[in-house]
Amino acid sequence: MNKTAYDKVKIARGNDRPTGLDFIRGIFTDFLELHGDRRYSDDAAIVAGVAFLNSLPVTVIAIEKGRSAKERTLRSFGSPNPEGYRKALRLMKQAEKFKRPIICFVDTSGAYCGIEAEAHGQGQAIAENLMTMMTLNVPIISILIGEGGSGGALALAVADRVYMLENAVYSVISPEGCANILWKDPSKAAQAAACLKLTAQDALYYGIIEDILSETNLGESTFYQRIKEKLLHELDVLNMDPKLLDNRYKRFRKFGMQNDPKEKDPAEKDTIQGSVE
Amino acid sequence: MPLLSFTHRPQNELEKEGRMAAPIQEDAGEPEKTCPNCRKPIPLSRLWANHNTCPCGYHFRMTARQRIHFITDKDSFFELFCGIKAADPLNFPGYTQKMETVCAASGEVEAVVCGIAAIGGYDCCIFVMESYFMMGSMGTAVGEKITSLFEFAQQNRLPVIGYTVSGGARMQEGILSLMQMAKTSGAVKRHSDAGLLYIPVLTDPTTGGVTASFAMEGDIILAEPRATIGFAGARIVEQTTRKPLPRGFQTAEFLLEHGFVDAIVPRHTQKSVLTKLLKMHHPMRGTA
Repeated sequence: MNKTAYDKVKIARGNDRPTGLDFIRGIFTDFLELHGDRRYSDDAAIVAGVAFLNSLPVTVIAIEKGRSAKERTLRSFGSPNPEGYRKALRLMKQAEKFKRPIICFVDTSGAYCGIEAEAHGQGQAIAENLMTMMTLNVPIISILIGEGGSGGALALAVADRVYMLENAVYSVISPEGCANILWKDPSKAAQAAACLKLTAQDALYYGIIEDILSETNLGESTFYQRIKEKLLHELDVLNMDPKLLDNRYKRFRKFGMQNDPKEKDPAEKDTIQGSVE
Repeated sequence: MPLLSFTHRPQNELEKEGRMAAPIQEDAGEPEKTCPNCRKPIPLSRLWANHNTCPCGYHFRMTARQRIHFITDKDSFFELFCGIKAADPLNFPGYTQKMETVCAASGEVEAVVCGIAAIGGYDCCIFVMESYFMMGSMGTAVGEKITSLFEFAQQNRLPVIGYTVSGGARMQEGILSLMQMAKTSGAVKRHSDAGLLYIPVLTDPTTGGVTASFAMEGDIILAEPRATIGFAGARIVEQTTRKPLPRGFQTAEFLLEHGFVDAIVPRHTQKSVLTKLLKMHHPMRGTA
């Protein structure tokens, strides 16, 4: 049976899905978590550190939602505060210094929404990440493993390769929020989810991501092994790329009206011309 | 702090109403607007002569063209990228119809106006977002225009002045709107790395995806008095945290206090402040 967009939203939010830390444990060895933004505090919603990918040292950054109720509260349900984004940025700059590739795992309903978060510059923290990541001179790969909620997700996804798990979602606004604005009725979230084109298949169609990662054997060692091999292969390609930064800029530069996939589709174009004649 | 003294304090008995540029003849039947701050009616011609500000210091919203008119030198503005307008990439229900209504009502084709102009005799690129066009929301066209402007400015080694007004990313263009945050940030970064000046002026309201991208990426960030500036909407923050919001939450003054804007500049001094800043960063500036 085909899953609807909203089914996928529910799967992506599911409690039993592997979280950021599971991916780190499954794919990397010798992970050492590094804490703190060196400005104010340490945000538990973002877990970051150094590790080996096979024999290759890498910097790993993951948004972690937590498992138990207690842990989820501690990690503010995977909604990072500005301190989390600043920690991520600090470690990304460190990665650039030591020429380590950066791997990000994104799973958030959005950046944390609170009085403190606003007072500490949530918008500024995200903006600085977007700007700096665009010119970090090391390969960056981001994988959306669950929810990809708006700017809070994008702040770790300005990358050379972006992948999504089969049932992950990536959206500018939550379907509930969208339904609330459009129809003043959050219960129409399922309809909104379909309109927002937030599934991995949609993202691939619009060229937002490079590939969809299959969820066969999700959470098992073969699953992580598959992702590991994919990462190693892509890092090999990216490490050889002399125009890494130009290509990263172009990757995002193309998202506009020029690449409207409807215009590119030759079959559709023919029918339009046909109807004019 | 001279920049903050925006209230038009009367200097003597003859100036009870505050200092005005010139006395204005008022018709008895002229339409008026009531100031939401001091609750006094103010005739439209007088409001206009005072840059859409009330003598009490309240800043009314302005259209993008009004702003361009008051901030740039006479006849110096030349519009760029005016042919770029949004498609409906997601086939979002009701979007095309909504765009048609909004275009007709606002007289604009998109939520930002870009161009080159002179301010106080100094050439610059300028973009002004339009609050009367879907609350300045950023879709692919807005992102494309702003990105193109920064690229143009970089090629021509010009500074960029940008007035931001936005409700955030445009929901109707979904994930493609979100990508505009990365796209514009990339263009700002390249412009910045080329050693060029970018001054955003944050006006009421600047929120969401625009705050989390090019609004906060300036070398010098200015804001209008009392402008609402934030990432999440105040109502959402209140609902989520279930705590009363502090007084003045997400105002320009709140951001100044927390260190996120460089200065609050009232509208009637904006042109002179921008002129000074452009002069200080001009490549032909004086030597010691």
